[in-house]
Amino acid sequence: MKSSVRKEHKAEFLQGNIACAEGAIVAGCKFFAGYPITPASEIAHHMSKRMFEKDGTFIQTEDEIAAIANIIGASWGGVKSMTATSGPGISLMLENIGLAVVTETPCVIVNVQRGGPSTGSPTIAFQGDMLQPKFGSHGEYQIIALAPSSPQEMFDFTIIAFNKAEKYRVPVFILADALVGHMRERVDFPFEDEIILDERKKLETYQGIHQKIFLDENVAPMPIFGKGLKANITGSTHKEDGFRNVSDPQIMDNAIRKLSNKILKHKDDIIIVEEKYLEDAEVAIFSYGLVYRAVLETVNTARSEGLKVGSFRPITVWPFPQEQIEELSKKVKTIVVCENNLGQMYPFVKAAANGNAKVIFLPPKILGALYKQEEILNKIKEVI
Amino acid sequence: MKNTVEHPLKKYFRGEINYTTCPGCGNGIISQSILRAIDELNISFDQFAFVSGIGCSGWIPSPYFNTDILHVTHGRSVAFATGLKLAAPQLKVIICAGDGDTSAIGGNHFIHAARRNIDLTVICVNNEIFGMTGGQVAPTTPYSSKTTTTPYGSIERPFDLSNLSIAAGATFVARWTTYQARSLKNSIKKAIEHKGFSFIEVISQCPVQYGKVVGMRNDSVSMLMHYKECSVNIRKAKNMSEDELKDKIIVGDLVEKKNVPELTDEIKRLRREAKRK
Repeated sequence: MKSSVRKEHKAEFLQGNIACAEGAIVAGCKFFAGYPITPASEIAHHMSKRMFEKDGTFIQTEDEIAAIANIIGASWGGVKSMTATSGPGISLMLENIGLAVVTETPCVIVNVQRGGPSTGSPTIAFQGDMLQPKFGSHGEYQIIALAPSSPQEMFDFTIIAFNKAEKYRVPVFILADALVGHMRERVDFPFEDEIILDERKKLETYQGIHQKIFLDENVAPMPIFGKGLKANITGSTHKEDGFRNVSDPQIMDNAIRKLSNKILKHKDDIIIVEEKYLEDAEVAIFSYGLVYRAVLETVNTARSEGLKVGSFRPITVWPFPQEQIEELSKKVKTIVVCENNLGQMYPFVKAAANGNAKVIFLPPKILGALYKQEEILNKIKEVI
Repeated sequence: MKNTVEHPLKKYFRGEINYTTCPGCGNGIISQSILRAIDELNISFDQFAFVSGIGCSGWIPSPYFNTDILHVTHGRSVAFATGLKLAAPQLKVIICAGDGDTSAIGGNHFIHAARRNIDLTVICVNNEIFGMTGGQVAPTTPYSSKTTTTPYGSIERPFDLSNLSIAAGATFVARWTTYQARSLKNSIKKAIEHKGFSFIEVISQCPVQYGKVVGMRNDSVSMLMHYKECSVNIRKAKNMSEDELKDKIIVGDLVEKKNVPELTDEIKRLRREAKRK
């Protein structure tokens, strides 16, 4: 490790879940609420110690419904807040995730995915909940979700998650899995002056009964509780001032569109994708999270064999990088989708490719087991 | 020029919007009791935050009270309020919940908040029915009552919410009916000043949905008179037999415990200890 005079630089050998917790702390998280669940519990273990050291709060709630309710309440109390769980916990949280969306509450929700449905296989890594945060709560809405593939990315992406949550007043998800959460690797902490943090826009003074605190596509200022701002917050359909109106379809239309556009209008700022060896590629492999590690290895091997293959990886999985994939589909002949499930993102890739390129799904031989390099390589050779 | 007299509690309302409760509903009495308590305590309304859930009780503060209001999902108001209170412990957080909110869908949050002795005040409007959704049986509905989902009469025993909160560890508990509005106000004052989890159960009339169950449809006056006749103060009840107390409503300040550690204080202590290590 090279020495440095800049403060706070360190590298540690960390478990993915611990890296996530440390990333949250760097991002300024002051409130963690959670309920024990494999394979996410280490995040809670770590936060139960670290939050109090940082003048923050940790609470082990009575269930996951309370955990999400607690972090939303804490966010209105003015602090950055997060919870961490696995699929069964997200299933319980979904109703209140909708409330976080509609009340435009910044918060971070970590899903260290395990085998499902139901109790499933708690320690097996699975990408089975990819659609759950985007479509699981009722109604029409947009959220942001990021898929890390390593402890370093658990750290880095958790900081990004807090930043996007603050900037867009929206719940942001980390979609990890049991292996990414439990593996241990070197994690480099940023120098103090490298850390860029976004903070929510706050309402400064009370602007009257019809103050505009919601439904701005460029994000309305948030009236933090306890400052005399007379915040009027409801999960019911409301207008810009927060007043409920559940009888006028025009108001519901306005609310749904503005909430969605708040995210979709800023896709360029929100969506992060990583492209490798795509300049001359005939085949692109689409993968994310843990699977990306196997894909990147394979692409490197394929390139060394002279095969024109590249990797397309969404770091932001929601909102879905539709335009980027459409562009990709005009450059390559074939897109091979690799994901550790039976094809959850595949239909979205296919729709985005819109017939420009052939899109095929290469299912894993065994769900929950990593792809073998030759499985992917054979498919590449088959389609090239 | 005409002389107009302003209602002494008008300053606590946002204005412009009218209440949506049914004629004869107990919500108005409870709203007044809360606001009179705050007015008499002479604490700035800006120091209060109200959290409410789904059900008619949610409309007591939301959106009418002119301070911070968080109107959330059914049954979860206590859990949201817990996060808010922990993040902003200087706030006085009051939850307006219903009996369904508190003991059906939200029962778990309710007992755990009581166990933690977090400094919240839950004012539970117990009308012994699901009013807003059309008069279905609640966990508080008396045995054998005919409701829209118990056409043959309820076969389940009701919860005693005050006793439930006491068993779970609430450190201030009072029960009144809407007939005893002034006593209710006095207990709300005590609850607001109490450092710890306080629970106030208000037996309240729902003349539209519960009125028809007890043959007093749209007759809130008869329901209030019934509360008057059935109410027995805890001081008197202590000397009465179980038989004498059958079908009575025991009212008064039921529990007041001091010196039980409160959650936000405990967290402050942990922060000091964590930094010393």
